[in-house]
Amino acid sequence: MKGSPGMSDAIRLHGVTLSHDRHPAVHHLSGAFEAGSLTAIVGPNGAGKTTLLRAIAGLHPVDEGRIECPAGRIALLPQMSALDRSFPISCLDVAMLGHWRRLGAFRSVAPAGRAEAEAALEAVGLAGFARRPVGSLSAGQFQRLLFARLLVQDAPVILLDEPFNAVDTRTAADLLRLVREWHGQGRTVVAVLHDLELVRREFPETLLLARDPVAWGGTEAALAASNRLRARMMAEGWDASAGACGRAA
Amino acid sequence: MPYDLLIAPFAEFGFLRRALVGCLVLSVAAPPLGVFLMLRRMSLTADVLAHGILPGVAAGFILAGLSVTAMSLGGLVAGLAVTLGAGALSRATGGREDSALAALYLVALALGVTMVSASAGSVELTHLLFGSVLGVDDPALLMMAGVATLTLLALSLAWRPLVLECFDPSFAAAEGARGGAWHMLFMALVVLNVLAAFQAMGTMMAVGLMMLPAVASRHWARGVGGMAYAASLVAILSSVTGILVSYHLDVPTGPAVVLSAGAAWIVSVLAGPVDGVLARLFRRRHLAG
Repeated sequence: MKGSPGMSDAIRLHGVTLSHDRHPAVHHLSGAFEAGSLTAIVGPNGAGKTTLLRAIAGLHPVDEGRIECPAGRIALLPQMSALDRSFPISCLDVAMLGHWRRLGAFRSVAPAGRAEAEAALEAVGLAGFARRPVGSLSAGQFQRLLFARLLVQDAPVILLDEPFNAVDTRTAADLLRLVREWHGQGRTVVAVLHDLELVRREFPETLLLARDPVAWGGTEAALAASNRLRARMMAEGWDASAGACGRAA
Repeated sequence: MPYDLLIAPFAEFGFLRRALVGCLVLSVAAPPLGVFLMLRRMSLTADVLAHGILPGVAAGFILAGLSVTAMSLGGLVAGLAVTLGAGALSRATGGREDSALAALYLVALALGVTMVSASAGSVELTHLLFGSVLGVDDPALLMMAGVATLTLLALSLAWRPLVLECFDPSFAAAEGARGGAWHMLFMALVVLNVLAAFQAMGTMMAVGLMMLPAVASRHWARGVGGMAYAASLVAILSSVTGILVSYHLDVPTGPAVVLSAGAAWIVSVLAGPVDGVLARLFRRRHLAG
């Protein structure tokens, strides 16, 4: 488990419990994502991985405990299936949504902001797509576009929910290169992933989650066979009719 | 000959001119709202609202007769109650919002018809249900024009947050864009426009000029802005066509306008450049390189 929270933390979790309809999705999770760390969140389906990311981004209510984010702004890449990919909007407009914090609802986009968005499109391999409607993109290209929006957002903390799902291997490789760049720039990156080989290869830290935190720390130790077995048993053994949790927060 | 067909009726009859102005005013503001409703997969919500306002309108009618102010105020209260009530109901019951809406509007429609029937005859009931485009008076016209002006102003201010809230509400929430507040403003505009349309088209066909042009616009433009313009244009053409057809063929005006919009929708599905049937059959050759 992670040690006590320190000064160089990007995100701190203090006994965080999250639930859907009173059924806990994440149970009494404490710890911290260090500033500049690159962490994978893995675990069985229904382990609360997406819920945890959404809670950190402020999109899911925290039942108990508290989440602090001393690092400041957070950018979240949602699961692709959450978006309407036939929406009548151009690629450039989607990338420029990344400026929202600076522009809000009313301020106009300066030429520099537009140039940033165009540069972001180029960086994700979508040069020349600015005026194309998103409906004409493949799943992989759409994911590249969402990464372009993350680039424009320029946030110190980046949360990725299954970033490489449903994309082709070349796109995944290109996007992974961006993740490495973010890590190199000292940003804090947290990604929900399923591919354990990829996690072992690219992510120094891992949080193994099965509603209750199973392990959090260096990837090799966290993904040890004993931990993975424990996670599976916890996920399967959870009783749907369990009584209220008696543990103190 | 074209003069007799297209211009003479309006030159000759004041009530046709008023009907034309009323429909054109509706055509400018309501269809862009319809585009947003369609993009949010809420195409049926406007219809639900149009039925849902009936008890409020009926209450206004019982208190003050066929007064635009009283009926509009009553309808406004009922419309906002249905909008907020459906959201609260679906959260409270853990059900889906569409089932809550369906239940609400059936109850509202039955309640409204009962209230009007209890206090007036079938002429008034027909008037409230189906409207009379040819009977819009000055207060109704002013109300419709006022709503349209307010709607266009609000849309031009709230355009960006509305598009964002439609496309990616999670992103809007994470970035602190107050998507919920913008959505409430938007729904209030929809209620106002349904009320304005109700003055001319009655409760059953009030949303004809809002949704049909919006659905048709999908086949003419690839951006939200283009779709809004296309929807208004379709509504304007349908209004003029519908009024002229109703005059020359002696059919009721409201249904004729909505049928014209329906015809425009069918033409759009068939011949529209974006995902139209013909465009799919005869694909242009792809660009070289």
